[in-house]
Amino acid sequence: MSATVFGSQVKRREDPRFITGRGRYTDDVQLPGMLYAAILRSPHAHARIASIDTSKAAQLPGVVRVYTGADLQDRMGTIPTAWLPPESDIKTVAHPALAVDTVRYVGDGVAMVVATDRYTARDALDQIHVRYEVLQAVAEQELAMAPGAPQLHADAPNNIAFHWKVGNATDEVFAQAEVVVRHRIRQQRLVPNPMEPRASAAQYDPSTGELTVWVTSQNPHIHRFILSGVLGVPEHKLRVVATDVGGGFGAKIAVYPDEALVGFAARDLGRPVKWTEDRREHFLATTHGRDQVEDIELAGTRDGTLTAIRVKALANMGAYLSTAAPGVPTILFGLIVPGPYQIPYAGADVYGVFTNTTPTDAYRGAGRPEATYLLERMVDLFAREIGMDPVEVRRKNLIPKDAFPYHNAMGLEYDSGDYHRALNRALEMAGYADFRARQQQLRAAGRYVGVGCTTYVEICGLGPSQVAGAVGFQGGLWESSTVRVHPSGKVTVFTGASPHGQGEETTFAQIVASKLHIPVEDIEVIHGDTARIAMGWGTYGSRTTPVGGSALAVATDRVIEKAKKIAAHMLEVSEADVEFVDGSFQAKGAPQRRASFQDVTLQAYLAWNLPAGVEPGLEASAFYDPANFTYSFGTHLCMVEVDAETGDVTIDRYIAVDDCGRVINPMIAEGQVHGGIVQGIGQALYEGAVYDDQAQLLTGTWMDYAMPKARFFPNFETAFTETPSPHNPLGVKGIGETGTIAATPTVVNAVLDALAPFGVREIPMPLTPQRVWQAIQNGREAE
Amino acid sequence: MGDLRSSVQVPVTVLVNGRSYTVDVEPRLLLVHLLRDVLGLTGTHIGCDTSQCGACTVLVDGKAVKSCTMLAVQADGCSVTTIEGIGSVENLHPVQEGFWEKHGLQCGFCTPGVIMAAADLLRQHPNPTDEEIREGLEGVICRCTGYQNIVRAVRYAAERMQSADGEVEVAATAGLDRGEGSQGGATS
Ligand code: FES
Ligand code: FES
Repeated sequence: MSATVFGSQVKRREDPRFITGRGRYTDDVQLPGMLYAAILRSPHAHARIASIDTSKAAQLPGVVRVYTGADLQDRMGTIPTAWLPPESDIKTVAHPALAVDTVRYVGDGVAMVVATDRYTARDALDQIHVRYEVLQAVAEQELAMAPGAPQLHADAPNNIAFHWKVGNATDEVFAQAEVVVRHRIRQQRLVPNPMEPRASAAQYDPSTGELTVWVTSQNPHIHRFILSGVLGVPEHKLRVVATDVGGGFGAKIAVYPDEALVGFAARDLGRPVKWTEDRREHFLATTHGRDQVEDIELAGTRDGTLTAIRVKALANMGAYLSTAAPGVPTILFGLIVPGPYQIPYAGADVYGVFTNTTPTDAYRGAGRPEATYLLERMVDLFAREIGMDPVEVRRKNLIPKDAFPYHNAMGLEYDSGDYHRALNRALEMAGYADFRARQQQLRAAGRYVGVGCTTYVEICGLGPSQVAGAVGFQGGLWESSTVRVHPSGKVTVFTGASPHGQGEETTFAQIVASKLHIPVEDIEVIHGDTARIAMGWGTYGSRTTPVGGSALAVATDRVIEKAKKIAAHMLEVSEADVEFVDGSFQAKGAPQRRASFQDVTLQAYLAWNLPAGVEPGLEASAFYDPANFTYSFGTHLCMVEVDAETGDVTIDRYIAVDDCGRVINPMIAEGQVHGGIVQGIGQALYEGAVYDDQAQLLTGTWMDYAMPKARFFPNFETAFTETPSPHNPLGVKGIGETGTIAATPTVVNAVLDALAPFGVREIPMPLTPQRVWQAIQNGREAE
Repeated sequence: MGDLRSSVQVPVTVLVNGRSYTVDVEPRLLLVHLLRDVLGLTGTHIGCDTSQCGACTVLVDGKAVKSCTMLAVQADGCSVTTIEGIGSVENLHPVQEGFWEKHGLQCGFCTPGVIMAAADLLRQHPNPTDEEIREGLEGVICRCTGYQNIVRAVRYAAERMQSADGEVEVAATAGLDRGEGSQGGATS
């Protein structure tokens, strides 16, 4: 079996514990003497704290301690930003774990209660009396930059956090263009909403000085790195554990004040402490995603050739710069604006703006959905302008397969691709030409159906560490792996990536199984614990398989290399004469002289007779730094019907053809695509965080913020093409974010195509029935 | 208002997964907190505070209930089944089996609740269509899977339960996917 295990549909190895209720998520951690923390959060978007009276709360039976910002100010550090885009004049403002004198968004922490149980901790919050002097607040980035706007931070005039530019698209290029389409798009703010709320638990051992922090993290080593600095606990005495994490989608990359507070309290009080946010808190205190206002220009010729694109974007950063936040609307957005097309000139000009809102940071796709959305919407508008089918415009401009490696206008090197193949496959699956014919007939009958198309390319597999440094990420982006072969030939794999739903306990076992020719059942994949894994950078940016998986492939090859030496000695042939075939080491030309993998692993540990210079044991590590990013791509198509009387959108069909290089487990890859599509459609049709003009969040629960549900969707039709990445040993690319990147413009393009008879060019997302209906009415009136 | 935490403790007797527990609880204690914090059954999860996500779904006297929306005292005298009790690794409930077979979970956080909700759905509609499954899962939210594999999982379980009380192996599971147009795996 093992030779074909790579690429086959293996059932997930992590599932038995989850389907029987034995997952171990952070809130499941229960320790003797454990205390519970609750955090009082500001009800005001911007206010000065005049006084805080905690005396009544402290007297409540069961309350152990109440902390305020003033108590902690000199006892712990502030929460830093870890992405500083170069030449952007970035203002890194300090975010205290609890506000000291000023609160800057609704949800900013003001005090923490630690009590003997959850209910008491919450009761005590009501007994804390804070006197606020309310200040003017601003929620919207354009207003925040305007003269006279409330100022959030003394050292960030006009609330400008940074200004970053890239590209070669000059005014002359646009002045000389045959056709220029201009458009403004608002990327609404989204709330990531993994199903598991954020949580943290901590335990301190005064005898060893060791602090253990369990936290809902996508990157426990980054948490350790930053918490070590914030708490002043040296790294070798700080253990961060994030074994089972209930989804992240970017929201669990950041290091938040909350987990620092929990760690602090556990050490200060000498007792384990646990904190878990409730969903309402998630809406206020966990990072949001997207939120950009974009002015875009796309230039081209009447025959459909795209020649230039540029965007001016205002990115709402919220009140502070979260861990990875500045990288999202800059590097992860600006560099990919020209997308999968041969567009010689491109540019991005981005302002990051402070507002009195929850900080934003990565949300599934992080920058790349924003770039893809604007590009794909602009291509449709351009097609409409010149009277060409939008699919034909795409076909004409897609980078041809013989142009790879291809350098885009921003200097990125796309590694490999066959964009037309994915496009053709999707069109074929959809029956595109027939649909266009049917659309005409239905329109005549007063039915409004539409088709939307997206061709995309995604920067994923983050990434080469040298590039990470050059673009201001305050860390490396390599990944580590250790393959430990036990005497019996069973294997434990340790990875610095930190999967939380993506299935790498299975796909990583498949990588090793296919190399060592052993059953996947003989392999255990360990992740998410800094005490067991030396170092790693975690799971985000569709990097786990291309970078972490490649580290694993290299480490496994090193194991085989050493085993070969031992086998050669056992078989009494030279190393060059040994080959590893179907799980046995055998002498070339004399296959009857063989030793099984297990024979060799046992000898490696008995060490009774090892070749000279070979140490006992069989284990190898690799620290793999990729040569380049990987670039997944594909085509998505969607067919919708709009009810012109109600504005209701029905998704009739959704077709996704994705190319993530070689597929390790088609079932898992397809699952990633499904989930991504639903999140992408969530942005297109349902989701949106809304602040009022005093920066109060109006959509603070799932009663006001629409989450995609099962009945909103048809069954999706998915397929993969496989164009291997040439620069990693597995030929793989990322698949975790493609659905989210492609689905949003696909669906919006489909709705706008359906409404073309009404002359509708734009409907702001989410395309709720009310907005769609209004757009139709406006169109009818204009007629 | 006085002290809500209240010295009043009320005895509650519940049968959970076939085992009887009698404990003194605050009247305001939610059933989900009884299960998680008092009985240590952490398979039942909490995803929200507005009764929307269904991560906390358990069976109370055989019917699906959101345990975050019921007080422990209301469960006095009831029989509660949680994810830990519906099946075991050695003897999975057909819905659990379906979720494993059909990749009906990713992060697994919604999964216990969705499995319990699906078990109740199949009790009421033993042979649902895809649409009925999607409608029937109105009370749960999953952020990872995009629901399609959850639908497949529930359909698998329905077939499994129909086939001679689950004794007979499900024939040709691949056939179950027919008609939904999925192109499935990798192509060249
Ligand atoms: S936790 Fe019970 S419905 Fe969300
Ligand atoms: S599997 Fe993660 S929320 Fe459903």
